[in-house]
Amino acid sequence: MAIPAQTRERLATECRQIMARYPQRRSALLPMLHLVQSEEGYVSPDGIALCAELLDLTAAEVAAVATFYTQFKRHPNGEYTVGVCTNTLCAVMGGDAIYDSLSEHLGVGHDETTEDGKITLERIECNAACDYAPVVMVNWEFFDNQTPASAREVTDRLRAGEDVAPTRGAAKVCTFKEISRVLAGFPDGRANEGVGAGPATLEGVRLAERNGWKAPSQDGDGTQSGPSEEK
Amino acid sequence: MAESITTDPLTPVLSATWGADRSWTLQTYEQHEGYAGLRAALRQQPGEIIDTVKESGLRGRGGAGFPTGMKWGFLPKPDGGPRYLVVNADESEPGTCKDIPLMLAAPHLLVEGVVITSFAIGCNHAFIYVRGEVVHVYRRLMQAVEEAYAAGYLGRNILGSGFDLDITVHAGAGAYICGEETALLDSLEGLRGQPRLKPPFPAVAGLYARPTVVNNVESIASVPSIIRRGPDWFKSMGTEKSTGYGIFSLSGHVTRPGQYEAPLGTTLRQLLDLAGGIREGHELKFWTPGGSSTPIFTAEHLDVPLDFEQVAAAGSMLGTRALQIFDETTCVVRATLRWTEFYAHESCGKCTPCREGTFWMKQVLRRLEAGQGTEEDLDTLLDQCDNILGRAFCALGDGATSPVMSSIKYFRDEFIAHQREGRCPFDPVASTLFAGADIQ
Repeated sequence: MAIPAQTRERLATECRQIMARYPQRRSALLPMLHLVQSEEGYVSPDGIALCAELLDLTAAEVAAVATFYTQFKRHPNGEYTVGVCTNTLCAVMGGDAIYDSLSEHLGVGHDETTEDGKITLERIECNAACDYAPVVMVNWEFFDNQTPASAREVTDRLRAGEDVAPTRGAAKVCTFKEISRVLAGFPDGRANEGVGAGPATLEGVRLAERNGWKAPSQDGDGTQSGPSEEK
Repeated sequence: MAESITTDPLTPVLSATWGADRSWTLQTYEQHEGYAGLRAALRQQPGEIIDTVKESGLRGRGGAGFPTGMKWGFLPKPDGGPRYLVVNADESEPGTCKDIPLMLAAPHLLVEGVVITSFAIGCNHAFIYVRGEVVHVYRRLMQAVEEAYAAGYLGRNILGSGFDLDITVHAGAGAYICGEETALLDSLEGLRGQPRLKPPFPAVAGLYARPTVVNNVESIASVPSIIRRGPDWFKSMGTEKSTGYGIFSLSGHVTRPGQYEAPLGTTLRQLLDLAGGIREGHELKFWTPGGSSTPIFTAEHLDVPLDFEQVAAAGSMLGTRALQIFDETTCVVRATLRWTEFYAHESCGKCTPCREGTFWMKQVLRRLEAGQGTEEDLDTLLDQCDNILGRAFCALGDGATSPVMSSIKYFRDEFIAHQREGRCPFDPVASTLFAGADIQ
């Protein structure tokens, strides 16, 4: 897939904006790869060539980096990456069952895409939401406390073109290309959507509130200092 | 010991505002003393701030527990060139889930900590390296930084102090190894994320070979409260050498998994009481005190105070206080195999002991888990561990040996039972969250 000249010019402009964020331009490479991925749905040879040209690197040097990181795709990705955490804790809590169920339901294995181009299924590693196990990530948004049935329903709705809201995240899951653009550092205006914290995140805070437990409110000299807790 | 001072079982400081309405916004943060720590800091000399953090005893919250103030103090004297602060927000250690919810709910806590720390160490351009697999956290961080610029907490002449600071929020792209600080720096420089030989340490030659401080999110987020309320207040929580509060993340087979912010030195027994205990009808089998890279514990360790010294004395590491809890339905061989597959997948390939060792451990464990291993395989595994531990380029290899060695130590019989029965004797359905429910 070749990138049209006009698109290439726009991408180059945006790549230069990314480079301007860093004291040394090569630091821009990861976000630039996210950006080219947002155009084509994967890191294509054209995308690699563009990054190489702008950073004065060889295509081999850029490819060496792109292939190191699991989020960069070497073949066209589906519209939605559905990643099931099958690291130990999530696997034990049901992640293995969810992955097997989805794989059978969708007819694809790890890093494979459904025929309609909608879903790429992945086994993913720990995504830092263990208190919500088992966890499924759709385009890197959190779907907490999943079951095989709930995960299948999410994929059915995505394939039907419905808007699907994550448990903690934006009001709806954006496409893989849209998310890749955000990860390149171009905000999509959705930061204020969704919750600040889910119920498990707040377990300790809520328990402390109910019991009136707080951090000490005085410093070591006995000087009164303002409480930082909200009551 | 600070035990003469009785603190409440939970001491929310970092988590105090997480439940507030629109907790992630600058407006909400300022309503809860947000940026008061920065205002106090800018009235001080940078050296005083470093002394305060040293005096507080704050130790790195990313796992290693190195004294934060001392790390800052290692920077060489200013030579007129740039110095950098890089926040390690690449939280990826299995079981660890504290920094991501913190940044989702209260990103300004981190931003304020970054500004104070940068002022203290003489940095004018700081970086927050957040893993790429949490897009909403990245959105919130980018917005918080934008809000901070607009309010004059970032940019030129911050709050009239003459101090300048820019923050770049950088998204990674999926690689556990980038949580290792020198691999993170290579990744931030646009390279494959592989660890560097130390010395030189980042304090001397870090980002772009310049003096650099790399700190964990929770460490930096703890700085504003220490500046605002003083080192003695901080030391009134925790134990003598592990001062202050910390976020304990309970996950797995507990009644109410979640984030519990408590003084260091709290025990798992106390935390389980707060979390409603092990899920009903079951009992504790094994747990990790600080993520998968810390040797597992069992029920005999319920009363080990969870601070750096006492967890180490009991044969593990405090790590990131990532308490993954497994009940008697869980097969320890399956758990160990899965962790080992993780390390093999994430090994960066730079050094032979880790690259080859994790690969071979995975093969042996697969055979054992399938009931086709032999007792001799356990010796082979321990021999492989011996060839990785202390011989790998970075801590990833060492970490990979932790689950293997500790599970064989405590559950040798269970490995042998697999061989005896020719299969795994456990029912995986029994350990799921939805066990017994009709939602398959």
